Amino acid sequence: MAEITRDDVAHLAQLARIEMSAHELDRMAGELAHIVDAVKSVSEVAAPDVPATSHPIALSNVFREDVVGHVLTPDQALSGAPDADDHRFKVPAILDEE
Amino acid sequence: MNELITSTANELAEKLSAKEVSSEEVTQAHLDRISEVDEQVHAFLHVNTEEALAVAREVDSIRAAGGDDAAALHPLAGVPIAIKDLIVTVGQPTTAGSRMLEGWMSPYDATVIKKIRAAKLPMLGKTNLDEFAMGSSTEHSAFGPTRNPWDLERIPGGSGGGSAAAVAAFEAPLALGTDTGGSIRQPGAVTGTVGVKPTYGAVSRYGAIAMASSLDQIGPVSRSVLDAALLQELVGGHDPFDSTSLTDSFDTLVSAARNGSVEGLRIGVVKELGGEGFQPGVEARFRDALEMLRGAGAEVVEVSCPNFRYALGAYYLIMPSEVSSNLAKFDGVRYGLRVLPKEGPLTIERVMGATRAAGFGEEAKRRIILGTYALSAGYYDAYYGSAQKVRTLIQRDFDAAFAKADVLISPTAPTTAFRLGEKLDDPLAMYLNDVATIPANLAGVPGLSLPGGLADEDGLPVGIQLLAPAREDARLYKVGAALESLLEAQWGGPLLSKAPVLGAAKTGEVN
Repeated sequence: MAEITRDDVAHLAQLARIEMSAHELDRMAGELAHIVDAVKSVSEVAAPDVPATSHPIALSNVFREDVVGHVLTPDQALSGAPDADDHRFKVPAILDEE
Repeated sequence: MNELITSTANELAEKLSAKEVSSEEVTQAHLDRISEVDEQVHAFLHVNTEEALAVAREVDSIRAAGGDDAAALHPLAGVPIAIKDLIVTVGQPTTAGSRMLEGWMSPYDATVIKKIRAAKLPMLGKTNLDEFAMGSSTEHSAFGPTRNPWDLERIPGGSGGGSAAAVAAFEAPLALGTDTGGSIRQPGAVTGTVGVKPTYGAVSRYGAIAMASSLDQIGPVSRSVLDAALLQELVGGHDPFDSTSLTDSFDTLVSAARNGSVEGLRIGVVKELGGEGFQPGVEARFRDALEMLRGAGAEVVEVSCPNFRYALGAYYLIMPSEVSSNLAKFDGVRYGLRVLPKEGPLTIERVMGATRAAGFGEEAKRRIILGTYALSAGYYDAYYGSAQKVRTLIQRDFDAAFAKADVLISPTAPTTAFRLGEKLDDPLAMYLNDVATIPANLAGVPGLSLPGGLADEDGLPVGIQLLAPAREDARLYKVGAALESLLEAQWGGPLLSKAPVLGAAKTGEVN
């Protein structure tokens, strides 16, 4: 079985910015190991000469004219914001002062 | 039951244009039905009564005035529709089934919604779904599950269980869904309705809240193949707001659905989409459908897609990887929930951590963490990189299969509707519901699910899936319409006429 520890999950949760309780970390570690076991067979057939597909129907160079298109007004853009001030999103401190 | 709610969208469109009935009457009949049964079914998260009736009255007055404006009305003008609550709408909340967006009002409309407004279809409301479309049962909705109209103790499929149940319970003749790994087709299968995942890029994704951008596709949910074609033609077409939108024209879908035929067509049975894990009653109805198609002049051949056995694994690496990236935008700054940590300094990182802990449900967290893992340095090549290669192999399998067959066929889902709660604690068992629908999303090809009858062991609907090469959506409608009319001739009417009666006469037999 894939080795995914509680510390691994804690690190992933930190990267994904999701606070998790000790109980959640334990449960997620167990579930993740099972899921990874079920999906890891993909590497059996992923030979070096097989190209990767990132997009089901490849399109390239999709551009539009460089003119102002569909835009939201500042009020529209801020209409769903948890906090806003003077036509700007208001965020908590970006740096920890400690 | 009121004939206005059991009619297909096409029948309603004909009655409306012949002025046999008004759009207000049709819309009100559906709103009444929602009031009557939605407490039981819980297909809707929001009911849009006033706007729907206003649009209906507008269509009625245009039609009454006659002249050019009346002649220019879209054929579906005045036919009501329900919208999966993953698609953003001005004037109605869009939640994605998540606490993260509870009560959120979009400042813009999705492209498909703009088209629906332009064609003047009254929007009945927003339908329930698994949170951010992640699930196969709607049990992962933050606002409670939807129930299957065939048996209220069973799941309606997912993620678009709300749209499928609304259509199956005659609360709406049409609905929009989104399909990332089967979220239109699998709910269609377990509720006895029709659902289509168009070719990737055939319908604009602009304004569909992204789950996995390279797999997501908006498509129609209905009670007939022709209705699905009418709706796909309406909402489809090139959109400069979606850089993955195809410029091809998809304007022969309705005519294909009106001229259903399988005479001389080669229909390929995918060997790998059957057998172990497939319920006997599902396989029995599937074999019946094959017999019928043979009888109608189709040549049924067997095809092999050996790499399909890796599709589920590839999907559960690619999808969560894209999820972990797409859902990073829910950070408590620009929209939706913001939760402050109970103690300690109020920094943005800690606010994000608390917000995302409170705003996302279990399955969303599971997929974000899995995706973060699959994309981590050291694992990227083995997991995400390999999954992308499997995607190429699956496309090659489809290419080889379509060299031998014009369309492919399989059961849509391995089982009929299971009981609520039955698979909720076993993510892997839940994921297996999508085993037959996922390959189409990985390859971008179109897929259609239509009712194939009832399983002998439980009397619940079985879905038949048709798959066509990319851009050949019309072929699905042609074959789907033919199979539908053969089946309905055998049943003596639509499958849904066999569904138990909901509403005032409470379904006391459910226990």
